[in-house]
Amino acid sequence: MKDTLEIRWHGRGGQGAKTAALLLADVAFETGKYVQGFPEYGPERMGAPITAYNRISDNQIRLHSNIYEPDYVAVVDETLLESVDVTAGLSEEGGILINSTRTEKEIRPLLNGYKGAVYLIDARGISERTLGKNFPNTPMLSAIVRICEVMDEEDFFGLMLRLYQHKFASKPEVVDGNMEALRQAFKEVRNG
Amino acid sequence: MSKKDRLSGNEAVAIAMRQINPDVMPAFPITPSTEIPQYFCDFVANGKVDTEFIPVESEHSAMSACIGASAAGARVVTATSSCGMAYMWEELHVAASDRLPIVMNLVNRALSGPININADHSDGMGAKDTGWIQFYAENCQEAYDNFIMAYPIAEDKRVHLPMMCCQDGFITSHAVENILLEDDEEVKKFVGEYEPEHYLLKDGEPMAVGPYSVTNYYFEARRAQDEAMSHVPEVAKEVQERFAKTFGRKYDFIEKYRMDDAKYAIVIMGSAAGTMKYYVDRLRDEGEKIGLIKIRMFRPFPAKDVAAALKDVKAVAIMDRAQSFSNAGGPLGVEVTNALFHARSQAQAMDYVYGLGGRDLLEEHARTIMDDLKDIAANGHDDYYRYLGVREA
Repeated sequence: MKDTLEIRWHGRGGQGAKTAALLLADVAFETGKYVQGFPEYGPERMGAPITAYNRISDNQIRLHSNIYEPDYVAVVDETLLESVDVTAGLSEEGGILINSTRTEKEIRPLLNGYKGAVYLIDARGISERTLGKNFPNTPMLSAIVRICEVMDEEDFFGLMLRLYQHKFASKPEVVDGNMEALRQAFKEVRNG
Repeated sequence: MSKKDRLSGNEAVAIAMRQINPDVMPAFPITPSTEIPQYFCDFVANGKVDTEFIPVESEHSAMSACIGASAAGARVVTATSSCGMAYMWEELHVAASDRLPIVMNLVNRALSGPININADHSDGMGAKDTGWIQFYAENCQEAYDNFIMAYPIAEDKRVHLPMMCCQDGFITSHAVENILLEDDEEVKKFVGEYEPEHYLLKDGEPMAVGPYSVTNYYFEARRAQDEAMSHVPEVAKEVQERFAKTFGRKYDFIEKYRMDDAKYAIVIMGSAAGTMKYYVDRLRDEGEKIGLIKIRMFRPFPAKDVAAALKDVKAVAIMDRAQSFSNAGGPLGVEVTNALFHARSQAQAMDYVYGLGGRDLLEEHARTIMDDLKDIAANGHDDYYRYLGVREA
């Protein structure tokens, strides 16, 4: 099974979980991998829980279903811990990344007995410092790349710079802030 | 030179449309249409194509405008999905009977109700008897490739019929995955120019398109339409061979996967074919002699190819992502069992309705099928079809 890295994203509509999944697919593609990045569509509205997925592999990916047994889970909005079973099927060899300022001790009881690694990041704080607004998906993307070790650190920053320069061609002034958000998140993500 | 990229199915098809640069694109620009007209509008606005984009007020009008433009002699494209295509239904028949080689990308999604936007084949299967050629894609690459092959098939003088290129909603249309894109000029060269023999704007050849046909003529016109459809396999085969020679990717009407020594088989179409190949690999690893047949071309139906591919199996599972309400199976089940009957096959056949409204096909479903196939091969069965992955009360 596991020649493919599988990641599940949980967020709320408007927080950019889908964009993060698509950017991760983009950047992993640039390192030569086979990728999938896709959201699960429901009634689309701001604030509603949404799910997005990534598969990353050295081989062609034929499987076209949602991911039920992910290696990693990224939770963009910690209020979802109370309403969504975010650790469902999650590999204990993998881990869960949560956007939170709380400690592992405070978070662990909310994870339905999950025993794998818990990673925490203040994605909101980083975003507000570097971008002046709450765009938690950018720090989350960097943190998940670090945790999954899916690519080399410098490759990641180099490729993201190119992607941002392309994506923000009409507003280049936001590139630096986004790069800074990625760098801070890469450093600040906490294991427990 | 091919270029590696990562795209959604919608983006891939929009790029194929840009490369082809059709004369006219009538489309309904909002839901229930797709992102494809939206991407294509960017190409129009940025001068990447010189296509006349007609934003219409409904899907019925979209197809009507397609018919008008195509009858006038233009190369025409449109894209839609689900209830959008349902609203075109009347005009779909007109396009086919007027023998207009319009190409449409259909993103396969459930029909209402209950209201649902996710992947299944209810829309495409609902249009299977409208006289359109239908090809179904497994992934983003096939959605792109099928679209490039569509005009050379549809516009061939032996055919002259409209064609639907289908891809699964969201699973293919909105999921980003790896794809090889071909060079713009190579695609243009492959597709070629459209040079209709007869068309409304042709100087010196006044003609009527789509007039009233009394009982004395209607039947013959419809018979001729069926004759045109019977030429699709020879033309599509030529186009597929030329495609393989030009771009290196080989396609046939059906794809046989691990069928060489298979005693059991699964017949399936769309994105779930890829998912099922993955499960077939897992079952093969455990020693099960199971293979898969993917249907790429559903209209016309490659009945003899399917029967030949199944000639050595003991039992076959046929996977329908749509209902037919006949109480005797779904639309693909009917096609495949018809093919098997005419080939005097002794195989047991079970039809499965799965995946409605975007329900996933899971490994446990593949295992249920495997157990069922062994059971019906040994003990027979008197039911025609079963549901897979549905919660029973």
